[in-house]
Amino acid sequence: MWFFTDEEKQIRELCKDFAQNELKPYAAKHDNEESFNINAFKKMGEIGLLGITAEPEYGGASMGATAATIVMEELGKECASSTLSYLAHTILCVNNIQNNASKEQKEKYLPKLISGEWIGCMGMSEPEFGSDAVGIQTKADPDKDGENYTLNGSKMWITNAQYADIAYVYTRTGKEKKNLSTFILEKEKKHFRFGSPIHKMGMRASPTGELIFENAKVSKDHLVGNQGESIYHMMKNLEIERITISGISLGIAQACLDNCLKYSTERKQFGKEIGHFQMIQKMLAEMASEVAMMRSFLYTTCRNYDAGIKGPTEAAMVKLTLPKMATKIALDAIQIHGGYGYSREFPVERMLRDNKLNEIGAGTNEIMILIIAKNLLKENNLKV
Amino acid sequence: MNNLNEIQKELIAQIKKYSVSNIEKYLEEDDETQTFRMEIFQGLSQLGVTGIGINEKYGGIELGLYDFSIFLQEIAKTSVSYAVTISVSNMVQSMIQQFGTSEQKENYLPSLTSGEEIAAFALSETSSGSDAIALKTKATKTDGGYLLNGSKMWITSGGIAKTYLVMARTSNEKSKGITAFIVRDGTEGFTYGKKENKLGWRSSPTRELIFENCFISDNQILGNIGDGFKIAMTALDKGRITIGSIAVGLANRSISEALEYTKSRKQFEKELIEFQGLQFMLAEMATETKASELLIKEAAQLYDQGQNVTLIASMAKLKATENSMKVSTDCVQMLGGVGFTKEFPLERYMRDAKGLQIVEGTNQIQKIVISRELTKG
Repeated sequence: MWFFTDEEKQIRELCKDFAQNELKPYAAKHDNEESFNINAFKKMGEIGLLGITAEPEYGGASMGATAATIVMEELGKECASSTLSYLAHTILCVNNIQNNASKEQKEKYLPKLISGEWIGCMGMSEPEFGSDAVGIQTKADPDKDGENYTLNGSKMWITNAQYADIAYVYTRTGKEKKNLSTFILEKEKKHFRFGSPIHKMGMRASPTGELIFENAKVSKDHLVGNQGESIYHMMKNLEIERITISGISLGIAQACLDNCLKYSTERKQFGKEIGHFQMIQKMLAEMASEVAMMRSFLYTTCRNYDAGIKGPTEAAMVKLTLPKMATKIALDAIQIHGGYGYSREFPVERMLRDNKLNEIGAGTNEIMILIIAKNLLKENNLKV
Repeated sequence: MNNLNEIQKELIAQIKKYSVSNIEKYLEEDDETQTFRMEIFQGLSQLGVTGIGINEKYGGIELGLYDFSIFLQEIAKTSVSYAVTISVSNMVQSMIQQFGTSEQKENYLPSLTSGEEIAAFALSETSSGSDAIALKTKATKTDGGYLLNGSKMWITSGGIAKTYLVMARTSNEKSKGITAFIVRDGTEGFTYGKKENKLGWRSSPTRELIFENCFISDNQILGNIGDGFKIAMTALDKGRITIGSIAVGLANRSISEALEYTKSRKQFEKELIEFQGLQFMLAEMATETKASELLIKEAAQLYDQGQNVTLIASMAKLKATENSMKVSTDCVQMLGGVGFTKEFPLERYMRDAKGLQIVEGTNQIQKIVISRELTKG
């Protein structure tokens, strides 16, 4: 984009190289085996990607949503699942600690999370509370003297769960719907244990699991901010989560287009390259136009977000639009590749499987629709 | 379900019963490991589904495509992979029945009808997919038969089938230079190449066939020399209707899974299905699926009446498979996070649906066929 800073352009080049060397060669293997490319994850720490939005004093790069989204796009082109794990660590765990935790907590957790020594995750969804996130039931009961809390409950569909050293977890501390509190939990201190891994359609190289809390004793220095006041920062972080996850869909869509352009100029049927056929041309032209639109929409939203201009409605609009378009693009990309596209010899079928998650995670398309409509109607004085 | 006759009702009930007790439990793991189970194929065969449309003399049941379509829909509600295996095998059986000598019919049909063996159809090659006439596998005349040389790609049931109907070039004339050969597994010079690792249809093996100076005797030619393309084309209309039928079964199962889930899952203190957003998705899916089903039924009925169904078969395949892709994608969406996991079969249906848009002529080829039929006047 014309407005990228030099620093953002450098990040793009860095990520492009990294994706080529560290993600691309291994993506199919990890997808097939449903295993985590931990090696690449650790290297993201070495090259400074894991603290993209964190302050420099903790090892971060102090950049905004634009830079984070550039990383998502570039890494997402080659391995969306590794990128999703990166997102869970960097945006859901590190960024939340950066924005909401105390100085002591930041000093304790951020350097090791940013160097890649520790892996982080975030726990919001529960078996019975997915879309209805504010309804979560994992309980944190304070002791009488207020020194410790006892946690009970479980968190579902947690990206990075089985690999996490640190979990940033939302809990209920009171009956009123909005009485939610956050804790930074440590595996080392046995604050949680893992349920069984969840097997998935796509994003298979990104581990998904369950965090279980059974009378877990947690001292109050793990509490983030004030008790019962987490709802605002929970909602706030969803904005950057929705923007950055859309970056993965942009990467997938761009990679589908690149693969299709290559294939259409190489593959011959009926005596000519299939790019000569108007039906293929139609798919390519629509795909390219959609990718261009996705790109402008997403990065403009990033820029507005970084400038503090726009908020949750725009983040939801991006999240509704990009993943949905990328699914359509990935389906068409398989179609252009025909039998080859259906096989694992080409990456487009994996891109389809991976992208479907982006229509579900970080709030389903349907929830995005509700948020957008609700906010727009509210601006027009109708409460729904 | 209301207008089914007794035979149809009975067989559907049996397929349902067999699927629930003998197939469902293996599906998720077999999908992951790309495993095909002969015992499942044979179990379904025992219900009669591998002999539909085949003469009683060879162990078949003389029912039409309309019936076959209904049974395939039912099998596809459980497994697209097995429905595809049966549909492809049946296609080869029909070709042998229509064009074979009585010796060929006696030799090959009974074991296919009983389900003891599987048949496969080999037309596509590395550089000849949609452009079928461009095939290069060569059959060179020799004493008492032909020598086959070349390879065939993306062959459904490759490696598990015993009888292959292989299209090869016997002269340079475009479509008239293609001849159909019946090739048995184990024939010298016939080996299997790479097994494909695929997005969907993972319990149905897809494999490359390789022929190196493979001798096929004259009595294994199906029809006459140069009839191959004509034979292949006769199977196309039927093949398209069967693939469309599988798509309808897949869509109906997806909808019933999504419906069941959204009726039981609560969010915001209400059952999911009480939300209009999901109600609209459901209503659209059900309507489009019913439309696909009726189009398939009409195509099958006209086929059974002996009419030319090229146009409607292509329309039905296009509509039903596009619909099954959209429906299965939307159903994953309706289930949300669990829809994306292997705990529910919907993500598998979505992956399987994509294959239906590609086989028996990609949907782009269907559009060409439809336009051609409409404009030929």
